[in-house]
Amino acid sequence: MSAALALAAVWKRYPGDPPVETLRDVSLSIDAGELVAVVGPSGSGKTTLLHLMGTLDRPTQGEVRVSGQSVSRLSDVELSGLRAHHLGFVFQQFFLLEGVSILDNVANGLLYRGLPLGQRRAQAEEALLRVGLGHRMRQRPNQLSGGERQRVAIARALVGRPAIVLADEPTGNLDTASGRAIVDLLHELNGDGTTIAVITHNREVAAAMRRRVEIRDGRIVGDSSVAA
Amino acid sequence: MTPTVHARSRFRLVDVLLTGTVGLSARRLRAAFSALGICIGTAAIIGVLGVTQSSEADLLTQIDRLGTNLLTVEKGQGIGGAEEPLPLTARPMIGVLPGVQRVSPTAVLPGGVYRTDLVPAYETGGIGLRATDPSLMLTLNASLLSGGFLNPATSRYPVAVLGFGAAQALGISRLDDPVRIWAAGRWLTVVGVLEPVELAPEIDRSVLVGLDFATSDLGFDGFPTRLYVRADPDRVGGISSVLARTANPENPDQVKVSRPSDALAARLAVQGSATSLFLGLGAVALLVGGVGVANVMVISVLERRSEIGLRRALGATRTHVGLQFLSESLLLSSLGGAAGVAAGVAVTATYATQQGWTVLVPVTAVWGGMLAAVAVGTIAGLYPALRASRMAPTDALRTV
Repeated sequence: MSAALALAAVWKRYPGDPPVETLRDVSLSIDAGELVAVVGPSGSGKTTLLHLMGTLDRPTQGEVRVSGQSVSRLSDVELSGLRAHHLGFVFQQFFLLEGVSILDNVANGLLYRGLPLGQRRAQAEEALLRVGLGHRMRQRPNQLSGGERQRVAIARALVGRPAIVLADEPTGNLDTASGRAIVDLLHELNGDGTTIAVITHNREVAAAMRRRVEIRDGRIVGDSSVAA
Repeated sequence: MTPTVHARSRFRLVDVLLTGTVGLSARRLRAAFSALGICIGTAAIIGVLGVTQSSEADLLTQIDRLGTNLLTVEKGQGIGGAEEPLPLTARPMIGVLPGVQRVSPTAVLPGGVYRTDLVPAYETGGIGLRATDPSLMLTLNASLLSGGFLNPATSRYPVAVLGFGAAQALGISRLDDPVRIWAAGRWLTVVGVLEPVELAPEIDRSVLVGLDFATSDLGFDGFPTRLYVRADPDRVGGISSVLARTANPENPDQVKVSRPSDALAARLAVQGSATSLFLGLGAVALLVGGVGVANVMVISVLERRSEIGLRRALGATRTHVGLQFLSESLLLSSLGGAAGVAAGVAVTATYATQQGWTVLVPVTAVWGGMLAAVAVGTIAGLYPALRASRMAPTDALRTV
């Protein structure tokens, strides 16, 4: 079975004196259907790792493959296509558009696939039902609680059924109860077959995941699946 | 490696416009204010073109109505601009020229005109006394506001017809009861008031008396100072070239022949040059509006960094992000332009109606103004759009 996402000997260096190495020789493979936590303290290179996995940035050295496709030689347009069709993102700050209804926020997840609006909305409705917000579709983001907003953001990431969903500190802005609910939701979605990688510094969140990859100072220092 | 057929991201044109609308509607007040700049510029352009077009059309109909076949003959004016006498032969000689339809003499008479004999002599009000004959009315194509004009009978008696301006200056508006005025040291009875005579403003400022009365009672020597000539419209050019020689064969260069309708035509030309000035001001206003839009768009790009990052994460290419911001500024300027066209037409309609003109807005001004607004908006949006499209996704997503 081919990996949904794979990093091979990836380095990320930022020029300077001395140059800053945020990722050092990182190799990681996530199979389809996995639920992975990448855990580490702040400054460990987690976010850089997420950006590389999400093709939002390119490695200085090494190879990143999404759905078996090596991204190193792809142009900006091709990378954008890859993101539109194969990747879903969930951010700590939700990044919902305030002037737009919940339904259309989720439908925006399909905006750059060139689907007609009706079709986008139909799929968005389905995604919102999956995250349990079917009753709030016509509302605006500012009418929702933080936990609900994050559910909307998750629905937006899911709506296109991407190969993998990347979540960057999805519970970072939430209280414990809402955070737990989000983690439960991620489990549930993973149960339905969605591949999910969660990046977090919260050990409790990480502990709830089946596989944990520990990162420190730009290096992977532990991988529960390898250890097991 | 197996070659994968790659699905590209697509941003349909409908969605580009839709996204632009959403971006604007989320910041309505700001959008309205920046569109206002474009609106004012466009309205100024449309208004200037509409008002001048309407007034030009009015002038042209005025010229048509008054006719371009009226000529005036006077002796080259003396020092201080006073009218000088023409030879006695001038009138009969011009009258027999082929193509001349009518000749009417007038002569400036000394002495002021006053409402009563109690008014101090220096308060002339700028009104003059002028002798003429009954034919003047027809020659000038003038019409009466009230009363009647001089006729062969009344020309011999102390009666006067007032020009429109003279009547106003003397404060005479009704002739129901006999009205008298004090002119050249005697009382005159007012028998009529003329409507404004556009082609002969000097008549407006005059009190007219009969030639016979002037000769018998006011010491008029019979020399006319200004002749009004109505010529065959097809022969105006030929006649005007021989008028000077006919009026004064000995010194034709001392005679001034003019065509009053030329003054109206000159007003058209003056208006034309004023139009380009105002049009320039309108263009400057539009430009300032464009700078406003650019300003707002640059701020918008800075403020919406995370939105740009999100859209890149959702699969937008650089071009898609640029297009979104360009479409916003395009929408903004189109809205402003459309509102400006409406405002410009409204201003034209209001002003023209007030002036009693036919409302005319040139079609080229409407689409030209709209086009200019859209062009300004596009140019204003280019730099912000470029900035938005160049933002790296990781920078855009980084929260400060």
